[in-house]
Amino acid sequence: MQRTQKVISFPHMGSYHVPIEIFLGLIFPDHRIMTAPRITKRTLELGSRYSPDFVCVPFKYNLGNYIEALELGANVLIQAGGGCRYGYYAEIQELILRDLGYEFEFIKLLSDRVSPLNLYRICRRIGTRLSFRQFVYYLLVAVRMVKIIDETEAYIRENIGFETVPRSFEDLHEEFFKALRKVRTFKSLRAVAREYGRRFRALKTDKPADCLKVGVVGELYTLMEPFSNFFIEKELAKNRIQVSRYITVSFLLFEKRRVQKRVLKAAGKYLKYHIGADGTDSVERAKTLAERGYDGIIHLKPFGCMPEVNAMPMLQNISRDYGIPVLYFSFDSQTSETGVRTRLEAFYDMLVMRKEKCV
Amino acid sequence: MKKGYLGLDIGSISTKGVIADADGRIVAEEYIWTEGNPIGAVKTVLRGLKSRTGDIRIASVGTTGSARKLIGAMLGADVVKNEITAHAVGTMSVFPSVRTIFEIGGQDSKIILIDNGIVVDYAMNTLCAAGTGSFLSSQAKRLGMDVEDFGGLALMSKNPTKIAARCTVFAESDLVHKAQIGHKKEDIVAGLCMAVVSNYLNNVGKGKSIRAPIVFQGGVSKNIGVVRAFEIVTGERILVDPNSHLMGALGAALLAKNAESGRVFDMDTAEADFKTVGYECPKCPNHCEIICFYRDGELIDAWGSRCENADVKAAPALTKDA
Repeated sequence: MQRTQKVISFPHMGSYHVPIEIFLGLIFPDHRIMTAPRITKRTLELGSRYSPDFVCVPFKYNLGNYIEALELGANVLIQAGGGCRYGYYAEIQELILRDLGYEFEFIKLLSDRVSPLNLYRICRRIGTRLSFRQFVYYLLVAVRMVKIIDETEAYIRENIGFETVPRSFEDLHEEFFKALRKVRTFKSLRAVAREYGRRFRALKTDKPADCLKVGVVGELYTLMEPFSNFFIEKELAKNRIQVSRYITVSFLLFEKRRVQKRVLKAAGKYLKYHIGADGTDSVERAKTLAERGYDGIIHLKPFGCMPEVNAMPMLQNISRDYGIPVLYFSFDSQTSETGVRTRLEAFYDMLVMRKEKCV
Repeated sequence: MKKGYLGLDIGSISTKGVIADADGRIVAEEYIWTEGNPIGAVKTVLRGLKSRTGDIRIASVGTTGSARKLIGAMLGADVVKNEITAHAVGTMSVFPSVRTIFEIGGQDSKIILIDNGIVVDYAMNTLCAAGTGSFLSSQAKRLGMDVEDFGGLALMSKNPTKIAARCTVFAESDLVHKAQIGHKKEDIVAGLCMAVVSNYLNNVGKGKSIRAPIVFQGGVSKNIGVVRAFEIVTGERILVDPNSHLMGALGAALLAKNAESGRVFDMDTAEADFKTVGYECPKCPNHCEIICFYRDGELIDAWGSRCENADVKAAPALTKDA
């Protein structure tokens, strides 16, 4: 049937390569699934070299991932669309890669055209022999797995800063992914979820009731890919801060469309219309976090991100109205790590001083 | 013997050092150009401070500025603090009721908002150095004058030229153009000061509520033209301390005072042979640039790695010159 073996690859974002890899492995047992090499400075250098200079940095990371995967023999690449100009990125990336002389199949999943049936058609074209029923079963397993990962990681973010045994959360996190890689059915997925839910909650922490709480809002890629934001969540946790974030893949894929109207309403007087992509969510979340008594908000975006630039004036108003400090970061391929560290350190000092004053 | 606290502010352009006494007053100060050699600059500063103080016992040391980590390791500092905290602490010791701090240095600019003696908000310039000290000095050079004479000349202008403030490159082409069509030099200089101020308020100060008393500091605060422009735009009196360039160092000294550990700091510590060796970790494609820091040939600290795999002990083998 097929002349050459297909090697399927896709770009990185946080730890989502695990469920994607598992899902694709189940769908294409005859093909090779190759997660792109871990993001390093080389990835970003390669990506920036062949990208338009003013495109936003997620484009550059994706392109770097593709090039590194192609170098290792990938010949089927997958890209998903987004709610902003990200939706056009697949087209341009394909052109750039073809101009570089690579040969590959490029699968574009645009978010407004994704339905189980559509996905199945695409997978049939790549070469799956599964029936539609089997396909849907595995799809649902993968979706559930993403939800479980998101819930687990939310718990980690809020507690890792207070672990009493160093690395205990990180180690268990790795073990959790190892266990997930063996999952094939709902039954085994439920078992893993239960076991690790219990084990994560059993890890000892010394979290005080009035610990510092920071919420991170902003653009999805820079929020979810730690390399692109200089591991900001990890840095915050090191200072014993509870970190909360609401933008996750489960939110974007399964909840967002359902709650869109409610989110706009909850943004209250700050927004009358949607401001594109995740900008509305950033404003609504910032307001909610302020109302819940968070100590500070960090807003992340790639340099030049329109929807998030739209959100910034509203964030400034929220900051003034609720007296909550907001720290803004714009990331690009040239961002200096020292600059990020200095601003973050000062933010932390300020939160501590503000808290002491209140007590 | 009197007790003193050493504060060092090692910036990209200049290095500042002060010794504060137990009451937080500056008893000795030193201010020199960093010239890309922070270790050398600190050695010079310490020699200068030592010759000026004589009989004083340094109880603790604090560092701030962009080379704070390097110098902190060099001197075994008690406190290594970011510029924002250090500047706020230093300024509040001189102006206890300050509400807003404007700070424009060589490469960066920041705004710090204070409420009841607590930093409640701050911002720093993000992507470019437009409207900072280095921009002013390069434009002074273009106009064939010393940046020190800039302020005085600006005050003589009756009709400041309008200069685009958004971006250094635009400002520069605007300036060239205006000069060529016959605008007077003092008007251009005054316009430039105004451009620095509006750039600052539109970028760093955007969305911040600026309340008096306002203190202006950093190298650019020595420029009377910029001070005047700030007063015109904000409609408030702008306070500039004669020691406005030393506030970061003073803050570092005061923070060190709070972290006093009881040991005595020997000013001659700095006279050892300090050396940094940089190498690229070969263990993964990230190629972290690791800096190893040696005192008299002995490794005292290392940084720059993103993971735990980097083997800093192996550095001398990788870099034969260590």
